[in-house]
Amino acid sequence: MNRKARTSRYTTLTIKYIVCIVLALLSILPFWVMFVNATRSTTEIQARAISLIPSNNLAYNFKVFEGKSFDAWIGFKNSMIVSVGATLCTVYFSLLTAYALTAYHWKMRQPFFTFIMAVLMIPAQVSSIGFYQFMYKLSWTNSFLPLILPGIAAPSSVFFMRQFLLGALNLDIVDSARIDGASEFYTFNRIVVPIARPALATQAIFAFVASWNNLFTPLILLSSREKYTMPIMVSLLRGDIYKTEYGSIYLGLSLTVLPIFIMYFLLSRYIIEGVALGSIKE
Amino acid sequence: MTNKPQVNGNVAKRHKGVSYAKYGYIFSIPFVLTFLLFTLYPIVYTLLIGFTDLQGVAATDINFLTSNPFDNFKSILTNDTFKTSFKNTVILWTANFIPQITIALMLTAWFTNQRRKLRGQGAFKVLFYMPNIMTAATIALLFSALFSYPKGVINDLFLALNLSDTPIEFFRDKTTARGVVAFIQFWMWYGNTMIVLIAGVLGINPSLYESAEIDGASAVQSFFRITIPCLRTIILYVLVTSMIGGLQMFDIPYLLVTNSGPDNATMTTSVFIYRQAFRGRYLYNRAAAASVIMALIAAVLSGVLFFILRDKDAARLKKEERMRRKQQRLEQKNLAPKGGQ
Repeated sequence: MNRKARTSRYTTLTIKYIVCIVLALLSILPFWVMFVNATRSTTEIQARAISLIPSNNLAYNFKVFEGKSFDAWIGFKNSMIVSVGATLCTVYFSLLTAYALTAYHWKMRQPFFTFIMAVLMIPAQVSSIGFYQFMYKLSWTNSFLPLILPGIAAPSSVFFMRQFLLGALNLDIVDSARIDGASEFYTFNRIVVPIARPALATQAIFAFVASWNNLFTPLILLSSREKYTMPIMVSLLRGDIYKTEYGSIYLGLSLTVLPIFIMYFLLSRYIIEGVALGSIKE
Repeated sequence: MTNKPQVNGNVAKRHKGVSYAKYGYIFSIPFVLTFLLFTLYPIVYTLLIGFTDLQGVAATDINFLTSNPFDNFKSILTNDTFKTSFKNTVILWTANFIPQITIALMLTAWFTNQRRKLRGQGAFKVLFYMPNIMTAATIALLFSALFSYPKGVINDLFLALNLSDTPIEFFRDKTTARGVVAFIQFWMWYGNTMIVLIAGVLGINPSLYESAEIDGASAVQSFFRITIPCLRTIILYVLVTSMIGGLQMFDIPYLLVTNSGPDNATMTTSVFIYRQAFRGRYLYNRAAAASVIMALIAAVLSGVLFFILRDKDAARLKKEERMRRKQQRLEQKNLAPKGGQ
């Protein structure tokens, strides 16, 4: 009886490991195939689509992009400008708003927080037609400003920072800064920002990724190729001129996610912690 | 109504007689202004466009419909393509969410089992979450290449494993095209859901599990009798956020299959709105009406979420406090005449 129980325990444990390994492979293999096929030629890929060993066609696959609409460098540069700009706006102003919500006692404080909770879920598509028309009238289509400035009002980020400040900010420090004659704004920049560094870092990662991956808003606003961001560049790979260049398609795809890949494997611990923290709403 | 006793907290909130309350307002200005300009105004503008004849590339002049103001809404609600796209959105979301929550719950049970710890959990979490952070546009085109016909990674695999005799044209068949979209959504989100659920389990009081173990409960029993009931709020949170996210599904269905597949089988409402407004005849008014309809659905779902997430204990305490005060006031009132005499 005891032995039977032990064998069944090992069987369940083995099943658990098998399922986990299968799911892990499911996560790895598509990207593995993508990176490997980026180095293979069209004929190699047609002969055998799956290969785990890289080939030597990378340079040629790169050359195919010359003079065509897909330009990874332009996309990278534009996405960097937009994502860094939006991230800075998001983290700085979210912390400022969160600070207003934690450090000061003002009449509208609770209603304002309730309001932020209520608009937490407003999806971008709801306002897209009005947003586009508004930007068109301002002649801000083909500008990065409408992709960067809305980052200033990021409700989920404010929520996260508020939770952080409630736990980490000791108001006595703020008070002693006041006694020393520091202005409120100076106190925020020199005392609160350094204290909130961990929360700023976590939110910076998520703001950056969200901005980098955004397809919808840039797609409706940007029409000049010089302004295309990475996800729009990716969508160009579906065009006919690349139909026969399988290797180049995989290379183009690899280039678009490479920065995110590097970032993920450097920061995965913090990212996963951030997902877990952001979800605990009680 | 008698005046409530003045709370002395106000004195503590001031520092040497200076009130800092105004900085609360000042520091909120950037957020409020940005919200008004880039979110609220466009929403109102979208709603207004829904009542106009705004159509055609580069059109911006607003003329309200006079004879029949709800014309755009009516034509959207009777539009077959809109109905199809709404149906697709529901199908694609359901087909992705059921396996997503099932697998996520199963993994949560395994990863939080204190008695038999799985090794390598950290690495598994990192790998399961990975697809969520990658650019959806890239993932759509990657899967479009992987599932390509007649030669492609998946077809090669199916032939090699004898799962199929001939190559399958995945994007030519309604069911398989939808299946691939739903699979990608599942694959991108189960890791995220799992991490959220695990965080929820770690918040459950461990003594519950300890006493269950002492009482001889098995791991399965304590999962279904303790974990699931305690996670109810978080599961509902996952459900509603996923629903609202599902209503906006755009990148994958837009890029995976050209022209939304056979009979628009993978066209979602977001893709429909995009096509109406920014392709073909530039029907901004119709697209705006469709957006408003989708916004109403999302608002109802958000309302549900808000209701669920409100702090029940705090609400109860507040109510009790109010009742207690009322009681006190009543007693005072009754006592007052006697005391005065």
